[in-house]
Amino acid sequence: MEGAFKKRTSKAGVTVVPRPETLSKATWLPALAKGLGVTMRHFFTNIATGKDIATIPYPEEKAPYPHRYRGLHRLMLRDDGSVRCVACMCCPTACPAHCITIVAEETGNPNEKRPAIFEIDELRCVVCGLCVEACPCDAIRMDTGVHAHPTERRFEAVLGKTDLMSRGTQSIATQGGTKDWRDTEKTP
Amino acid sequence: MGLILLFLIPTMAFAGMAVALVGILGAAIPWIASHPWGAWAMDPWFQALIKLALLVLLVVMPIASLLTWMERKQSAMMQDRIGPNRAGILGWRGWGIPHFVADAVKMIMKEDFVPAKANRFLFTLAPLMAIIPVFVTFAIVPFGATVCPHQLLQVVNETTVNSCKDAIPLQTARIDVGLIFYFAIASLAVYGTTLAGWASYNKWSLLGGLRASSQMMSYEVTMGMAILGAFLVFGTLEPNAMVLAQGPNPIDWGIVKQPLGAVLFFTAAMAETKRTPFDLPEGENEVIGYFVEYSGMRFGIFFLAEFIEVVFLSAIMATVFFGGWQVPFLYADGFHLADRVFQMPHVVVLILQTTAWGLKVIIGCWFQLLVRWTMPRFRPDQLMNLGWKRLLPISLANILITAFVVLAIQAWGAH
Repeated sequence: MEGAFKKRTSKAGVTVVPRPETLSKATWLPALAKGLGVTMRHFFTNIATGKDIATIPYPEEKAPYPHRYRGLHRLMLRDDGSVRCVACMCCPTACPAHCITIVAEETGNPNEKRPAIFEIDELRCVVCGLCVEACPCDAIRMDTGVHAHPTERRFEAVLGKTDLMSRGTQSIATQGGTKDWRDTEKTP
Repeated sequence: MGLILLFLIPTMAFAGMAVALVGILGAAIPWIASHPWGAWAMDPWFQALIKLALLVLLVVMPIASLLTWMERKQSAMMQDRIGPNRAGILGWRGWGIPHFVADAVKMIMKEDFVPAKANRFLFTLAPLMAIIPVFVTFAIVPFGATVCPHQLLQVVNETTVNSCKDAIPLQTARIDVGLIFYFAIASLAVYGTTLAGWASYNKWSLLGGLRASSQMMSYEVTMGMAILGAFLVFGTLEPNAMVLAQGPNPIDWGIVKQPLGAVLFFTAAMAETKRTPFDLPEGENEVIGYFVEYSGMRFGIFFLAEFIEVVFLSAIMATVFFGGWQVPFLYADGFHLADRVFQMPHVVVLILQTTAWGLKVIIGCWFQLLVRWTMPRFRPDQLMNLGWKRLLPISLANILITAFVVLAIQAWGAH
């Protein structure tokens, strides 16, 4: 224990400061008793109350996602339950990952189209939300908070129109906009 | 709630165990022997066999296999985790207790692998050399007082116990060399680890085996020296006589008379079990260990042997330093509390004593697990320094001082 606190200078000019050897560390037992006290306290606290336990037993109990977590896409619905999307191609244009595929078809209404195919490849999606911002008619949203499901094969991660619509609800926005939308101050 | 269960469940379990032990040894066997066709039941060899079988099947194996679960659960509780809780029997998860069954099934189902260049005979022999000595040492552990089968329901006192007919000691082998026998057999266990390390034909396992042999041999010296103080104080080597010498008053127990010896012995014996502050032979991140080539149930035997050593260390600590099967203030005729005697029949006293022994053992196991999950592993040079430069001189000093004190008490007649 002699010279335990003496500083030395090594060949490379580095000052070597030995670890301070206190009596309680050198004799092991007081230090050990202290450590045992800590672990014992945790043991009895957790047995009695379990309040320190940090683990979340996953399938039974899920950690809450952050408020701004987006999750899977969904396609919103009109009053009659059909899709709000008018296949304007804004979202595939805005998408930086090119994960949205839309094939448009005629509706019979000369004013608008609708998607025959609307596919989102969830494996390519970077969850940036630009498609939602680009959408002019509140058709696509990323607010489900549902985590992307694990799949066995790649193509199962490509979500189709029915799948996306199954999570959809009716939007309070009016399809095509209100007549005097410029006068409306509050946009829902 | 959890704390109540923590104390209640082991107590209930050991009370049941004690009822079974005392019932079979103190009532069933004398009942068989009382018939003309059952005279063989009093044969000492038969009784020794039955006692060892009961001790192993009712106490040692259940505790050792539950320790595999307890170690994981306790470490989880100490580290603010949940620990094993998934395996279940028909949906009953019971805090993860069925995990030890799952482990056993897994180990039995796994491939039994022998390396191509390994020495097949020694490779097979090594796990047996590790586990058999541990079982054999249990022969000297007294797990209860002497049973007087004809006075089970009466209140007896020490003199009737000592002189009663057909007495059955609750100890497999009452041999005078006692603890010397333990040291002799326990040092055989080093062959298991060393052979395992050498026979696997693997550099890492060889390193592990070498570490194991050097460590176990070094600490055996301290272990023997540390317990010599207790020999001097109690004047005997026979474990049951040591328990009787300690008596039911905790002030006379070994931990009070030999506190330093108890700490030294516990440390050295923990090094013998090769568990965490001293787990250099298997240091997972360095050499993986002497059983790196072992798989399936062969590994399982090493694993189990380690836990049985833990149980045995608790049993021997309880016997030598914590009054063995003695319950505080419980004499053969009942509790003696401040000049008042609460009399109890012989069988109740026996069951209480065996329950107390079981509780002392499980608390010892618990404490070892606590140490194992608190301390980090030593470096080999620290280990040798601790063993030879610290523990050995201190234990020698302990012997000298104890000897002088014992001599002084004998010479000047303090009692």
